[in-house]
Amino acid sequence: MRGSRPGFRAFPRTAGLAGAGMMLGACSGTQSALDPAGREAGEVATLFWVMLVGAAVIWLAVIGTAVFASRWQGRPVSERAGLRLVLWGGAIVPTLVLAALLAYGLRLMPALRAGEPALTVEVTGEQYWWRVSYRGPDGAAIESGNELRLPAGHAAEILLTSADVIHSFWIPSLAGKLDMIPGRTNRLVLHPERIGTYRGVCAEFCGRSHTFMAFTVIVMEPAAFEAWLARQAAPAATAADEGAFLANGCGGCHSVRGTPATGTIGPDLTHLADRAMLGAGLFANTPENLRRFVAEAEEVKPGSRMPSFGMLPPQDLDAITAYLGSLR
Amino acid sequence: MSEDDTERRRRQEAELRRVWEIPRGWRYLSNCNNQVVGLWYTGTAFVFFLFAGVLALIMRTQLAVPDNDLVSAGTYNQLYTLHGTMMMFLFAVPIFEAVAILILPQMLAARDLPFPRLSAFGFWCFLIGGVFVGGSIFFDAAPDSGWFMYPPLATDTTQTGIGADIWLLGLSFIEVASIAAAVELIVGVLKCRPPGMRIHMMPLYCWYVLIVGGMILFAFPPLIAGDILFEMQRLFDWPFFDAARGGDPVLWQHLFWIFGHPEVYIIFLPSIALLAMIVPTFAQRPILGYGWIVLAAVGTGFLSFGLWAHHMFTIGLPSLSIGFFSAASEAVAIPTGVQIFVFVATLLAGRVIFSIPMLFATGALAIFVFGGLTGVMVALAPFDWQAHDSYFVVAHLHYTLIGGMFFPLIAGVYYFHPFVTGKMLSARLGRWSFWLMFAGFNIAFLPMHITGLRGMPRRVFTYPADHGWDELNLVSTFGAFTMAAGVVVLVWDVLRPGKERAPRNPWNAGTLEWVAGDPSEPWGIRSVPPVTSRYPLWDQKNLMADIDAGRFFLPGAPEGKRETLVTGVLDAEPQQVLRVPGNSFKPMVAAVLIGGSFIATTFHWWVAAALSGALGIAAIMVWLWTGTARIPEKPETDAGMGVTLPLYASGSASVGWWAMFITMVGDGTAFLSLIFAYFYYWTIHPAFPPAGDPAPDTALMVTGGMAALASWGLMLLARRANGADRPQQVRATLAGAAVLALAGGALLVLSPWQAGLAPTTHVYPATVWVIVIWTAVHLAVGVLMQGYCLAGSLAGRLTATHDIDLRNVVLYWHFAALTAATTLAVLALAPLAM
Repeated sequence: MRGSRPGFRAFPRTAGLAGAGMMLGACSGTQSALDPAGREAGEVATLFWVMLVGAAVIWLAVIGTAVFASRWQGRPVSERAGLRLVLWGGAIVPTLVLAALLAYGLRLMPALRAGEPALTVEVTGEQYWWRVSYRGPDGAAIESGNELRLPAGHAAEILLTSADVIHSFWIPSLAGKLDMIPGRTNRLVLHPERIGTYRGVCAEFCGRSHTFMAFTVIVMEPAAFEAWLARQAAPAATAADEGAFLANGCGGCHSVRGTPATGTIGPDLTHLADRAMLGAGLFANTPENLRRFVAEAEEVKPGSRMPSFGMLPPQDLDAITAYLGSLR
Repeated sequence: MSEDDTERRRRQEAELRRVWEIPRGWRYLSNCNNQVVGLWYTGTAFVFFLFAGVLALIMRTQLAVPDNDLVSAGTYNQLYTLHGTMMMFLFAVPIFEAVAILILPQMLAARDLPFPRLSAFGFWCFLIGGVFVGGSIFFDAAPDSGWFMYPPLATDTTQTGIGADIWLLGLSFIEVASIAAAVELIVGVLKCRPPGMRIHMMPLYCWYVLIVGGMILFAFPPLIAGDILFEMQRLFDWPFFDAARGGDPVLWQHLFWIFGHPEVYIIFLPSIALLAMIVPTFAQRPILGYGWIVLAAVGTGFLSFGLWAHHMFTIGLPSLSIGFFSAASEAVAIPTGVQIFVFVATLLAGRVIFSIPMLFATGALAIFVFGGLTGVMVALAPFDWQAHDSYFVVAHLHYTLIGGMFFPLIAGVYYFHPFVTGKMLSARLGRWSFWLMFAGFNIAFLPMHITGLRGMPRRVFTYPADHGWDELNLVSTFGAFTMAAGVVVLVWDVLRPGKERAPRNPWNAGTLEWVAGDPSEPWGIRSVPPVTSRYPLWDQKNLMADIDAGRFFLPGAPEGKRETLVTGVLDAEPQQVLRVPGNSFKPMVAAVLIGGSFIATTFHWWVAAALSGALGIAAIMVWLWTGTARIPEKPETDAGMGVTLPLYASGSASVGWWAMFITMVGDGTAFLSLIFAYFYYWTIHPAFPPAGDPAPDTALMVTGGMAALASWGLMLLARRANGADRPQQVRATLAGAAVLALAGGALLVLSPWQAGLAPTTHVYPATVWVIVIWTAVHLAVGVLMQGYCLAGSLAGRLTATHDIDLRNVVLYWHFAALTAATTLAVLALAPLAM
């Protein structure tokens, strides 16, 4: 898988812990909180390993004591000793352990949420896709959808809101999730560190096609990111014929900058061919999948607002597919 | 034994047998005795558990492999919503009430709970509501937006069909029944203990019933209030959760989780209560640290109300709130730890007999402690931001619920089976069942922790391949079916014929429920002993034989009435011989009619709903008129042991007064939840009431509120007049109070009407309307009660000494007056100050 590499960044600090080794190879992935590619996810992964070891020790101690107690056939302990066990095992030790853990865990909080952002991106959750809007160097909005690109090594501020129901914005490789709630704007600051491609998902159940609400996250070299953003700001560059796309009303919902298509109901398609996936993480962006999505949107993504265009003449579908596939 | 004694004993047993006889044939369904109703209740809850379990197996089959299309997204959403809903509302909470109805009276050496017909009513409500909610899936009409029903998705009537209404109305109906059962159980624990069983001598189970009953009283009403707001939005488009019109979807989350988190402990504590009975029995010694465990349970109950926002760590709460709720969530581990270590210490201090209930108890501990530890993890907000709504949380919650609720419950099934049926379950099948369930559970849910941290979100009906989830999901599915096999073994063991007969008190337990000998004897306990120990069967010599010989209280039923002892709340001194009503179809009829009203509302059949509701209220009136507050043929009766006790008590000495008080505390909590909503909107809006919007007519509202308060004042006068035995004055004041209350209610409703407040335009008028309607309905119910008392007075059932009804109605009016005064203060006065 692109973007992943063996081992985890946070792990060496707690390397050699019992039981952890067997999960080692299994934790890498484009969507794993245990294979962090950003500062926030890294800190949480470390927190997890520390807690896991602590939990394992406590579990063995408590269950060991309980099993021993239920099998113990020797002289019963005195009431005094029993009450001392309740006091220490049930109250004092847990209080101390939890206080220490709370201090450690909550210390991570301000660090996780603060930071001077180098970049601001507005992401709006919609059933069932992601409206992504970058703020360009000149302050103008650069519209995109279902794909988030970020420069490595820089803080990025993501402003989250929703257009319809509650969604939740989650890129496990980079950070924890934050909800997108109608009428509110939530601010999430990310510190992506490792270059690569990751996967984000909607984590709050949002309706019929909640399962199909994912997006691609690409962490890039800062220079490459700047170049990419500049290209995104420009209108679509295509040699293909836009006729079928416009004639069948696609522009009523979608925008392709530089053409009469200026709809805002669905995702901006200006640079669609640059994106890795189609239909909010549903399919890889290939011509066959593109054609299928246009023809069968209602079937492959039930409840989405995109109608199926399977009734169009095949040549129109071909033309639309070819046009969209050329939008770079 | 002399011949006289034998003769007396035979006569008493014949009396008791006749009075407590279980009817046969179709009249069996009229049964209102706790032993039978408790069994129906338990069995029904267990059937719902099996049903919800099958739904889970379908889901696990769907998720066994990636990109599976066994079920569609729409079906899957119904499956997971119904699985959670049924497990929570139709199994976990009701089974607590069911088991408590079944065993609590015997544990207290009572013949029945104080309101047997209320138990039966609760059962019928539960059955009707449960079948309605669960059966919806066969019509592709089940709720499909999650058991948490978050708006704006679940309030959107175009995206969520009738399923959401079925959820809201069906469950509200069941919640009312749950609260009824809680009232019954609380009063049972407080007033129906045997003489001498002071409150610090109760079996631990009773403490837990008391605590959990109290928690239900404060936890369910916020959800009912939330349901009302929710249904008003769905039915009439009142914008409580619509951000565009001033509402806020987050308010629902607060109301839902203020219910939802205590709910977890409402489920967990009763199962711990079963362990608190099982562990001392098998350690063959009293619990070590009785005071510790009671305090810890109370502490858990309290803390559980301060944790709700940890379900909302990802909504973007301020850091300070997150810190507070993180700390509170961690803190609840401490009283839980104390309870666990009390069990461990008790085992260490005793000589343990290891048996099937202990096997399940140990397994429960192993699973629950693991779930508790992952709970400590997710209580830390930074970790929760990753784990929330992922499969990690699915694993966590099943570890806590299966370990903290299900396994202890099955330990209880093995432990109490001989008490309920007189037969032993098989130890061999028990071991099979345990190991299949224990292994299957861990195979299913342990991998989910990793699945979740590898990024798999919850509530997806399928998943793409090659994200590191494929094998883990397959293993989980295998585990789920293994666990299901264990459940099948358990069910077979319970249902199979030809089980071994149990000896009396087979585990040599120390508490009174084990006095029960032959379960075919319907009387519960032969005579009610004075209690001097927490474990009377261990410490009180010759107790069982003396009970059987009828040497204690209520040894017979010479007047042919069902009787049980009522004692003082703290010291359990005998106060009254309570005549409890016998079997009747009236509770069933009332439940069918009230249920019909809820069901008709779901389908928007307004006329049918109103008709069914009115008939239901009439049925309840008939039931009350014919079955409660009967004037006995003589003031006192011989209670046995040389003690003569009154047959009639009113005011705070009566069980009915306590029931009214407890019910109204719950009712008041629901009202406060609506007031909370008002002030919640006030905090999120720069101006609330919004500047420039019409406000309710102050003059009308103040007059209306004053009329309601005057009605309350007349009720106080009516009570005084009744005490002075002046029936004419009683009738006059009651009639006057009813007129004033009607006028007050009408004026309160007229106030926003006159000012033209349109509830669909903005959340402010909607909130005003809902509070006003709530108050007006309470005044109307108050009028009904005033009319009932008036009728009672005219019929000669309400006299200076026989005044239960009036005393209870006055108590109701205290609360109604408080409601009216609060409405007045919040709607008319607060805007002036803000």
